[in-house]
Amino acid sequence: MTHCEITVRINGRSYAGRVEPRKTLADFIREDCGLTGTHLGCEHGVCGACTILMDGEAVRSCLLFAVQAVGAELMTVEALADGDRLHPIQQAFRDHHALQCGFCTPGFLLTTLAFLRETPRPTDQEIREALAGNLCRCTGYHNIVKAVAAAAAALASDPRPGV
Amino acid sequence: MKPAPFEYFAPESLEHAVDLLHAHGDGAKLLAGGQSLVPLMNMRLARPAVVVDINRIPALAYIAADTETIRIGALTRQRAAETSELVAARCPLLRDALRLVGHVQIRNRGTVGGSVAHADPAAELTAVLALLDGRVVAQGRRGTRVIPAADLFVTYLTTSLEADEVLTEVQLPAVPTGAGWSWMEVARRYGDFALAGAGVVLTMAAGAIAEARIGLTGLGPVPVRARAAERVLAGRTPSEALWAEAAAAVRDTVEPDGDIHATAEYRRHVAGVVVQRALREARGRAADAAGSHG
Ligand SMILES: Cc1cc2nc3c(=O)[nH]c(=O)nc-3n(C[C@H](O)[C@H](O)[C@H](O)COP(=O)(O)OP(=O)(O)OC[C@H]3O[C@@H](n4cnc5c(N)ncnc54)[C@H](O)[C@@H]3O)c2cc1C
Ligand code: FES
Ligand code: FES
Repeated sequence: MTHCEITVRINGRSYAGRVEPRKTLADFIREDCGLTGTHLGCEHGVCGACTILMDGEAVRSCLLFAVQAVGAELMTVEALADGDRLHPIQQAFRDHHALQCGFCTPGFLLTTLAFLRETPRPTDQEIREALAGNLCRCTGYHNIVKAVAAAAAALASDPRPGV
Repeated sequence: MKPAPFEYFAPESLEHAVDLLHAHGDGAKLLAGGQSLVPLMNMRLARPAVVVDINRIPALAYIAADTETIRIGALTRQRAAETSELVAARCPLLRDALRLVGHVQIRNRGTVGGSVAHADPAAELTAVLALLDGRVVAQGRRGTRVIPAADLFVTYLTTSLEADEVLTEVQLPAVPTGAGWSWMEVARRYGDFALAGAGVVLTMAAGAIAEARIGLTGLGPVPVRARAAERVLAGRTPSEALWAEAAAAVRDTVEPDGDIHATAEYRRHVAGVVVQRALREARGRAADAAGSHG
């Protein structure tokens, strides 16, 4: 099997690896880069747990091959918090009990980040539509919707540069 | 779930992509947005020996328009078309249909050309192409050809594209100025493939319907053009009774399949419902060109 030497930019750092072309980006991030915050639920695009940002856009990392990410700037959940200081979106999820087991949370956080950059003052309906591509088996969603609304308000008063 | 091994190429020109497809024959698959192909590969329902990734051919991503036609490069992301001002101005029907294609994360990668080439019987874009009498441009070894929507869709997940042809452009006639349009569908959850969906373009003249176009998705192996219902509507004055008549014509002609998501009978019923809703909304949006002769 032919392997490819690749370098992928994640959270502002370069990660070099040797991969088979069939290795998904999600597996590369988790196994080769050790960034296990990106979760895998379904591996066919339905659940949203593997959502990351690629050049600022929310995408399914289970539906990309690692070789396709060469040249792109990726962001995963690990880049959200500043040391022990949670990102305002994470803080809002915590404050509003928007997670129980937390398996789906990384995908929701990055989906929310991309969404709020594009739609800083969302309506309730817009929030629900934006979250439709992420599944959560625990919370029943109401608290996630509340958390995203709270995060929007928090970010409006304290926008963090670069995040 | 891991894809079977494959050989990977990322050509930087269309010509190179065509050559690779030609050289590797049936074992090769084009990879565009990967939002349909990669799930199939992850589940090993597809095991291409060779993957030809066209994402490094930026010349295939563009949106252009003249007065009559909007031309969309095959690699244009669905999200880019959805948020394009040109699409909103010339073909708002496409924008409204795209909003219901999967979720934003899917549309950020999924391409316009990929959706058409994949020919899922429940895809929104295939019905939009059929109802507007759109066309696609395909490039192969022997050159370029233009394929009208009516000749493109063969059956489930099958088009008349040759194995070594790349779909390069989707051409959609603009929605005429003043015409009303609507896309309506019923899905089990927001963003799911539709159980049944309908697109309508309605042109009014002097209080009557000058032309009605209706395209349906989820109701058979290929997108359906509801010709019988279009004929029912032509020349008539809009009313709730007329919408019901059109819906009945649709229910009489479609031959949906039943599956785990819905029975054939339920799909047939929903087909009428979405057509009525779409006609109502399209009528509300149509400028009534009273006095003109359409
Ligand atoms: C969770 C989820 C929900 C979805 N929901 C919907 C939905 O509601 N409605 C809907 O319509 N779609 C839906 N999709 C599918 C999505 O729209 C895909 O993006 C689309 O069907 C395929 O486009 P792609 O660019 O991703 O193509 P790919 O997956 O890369 O390719 C699909 C097929 O088309 C071929 N192909 C691609 N581009 C070309 C080309 N230029 N020339 C020739 N052949 C080509 C490939 O070889 C492959 O066989 C969903 C997908 C997911 C994962
Ligand atoms: S693991 Fe990627 S969408 Fe479920
Ligand atoms: S918190 Fe458990 S799946 Fe969402």
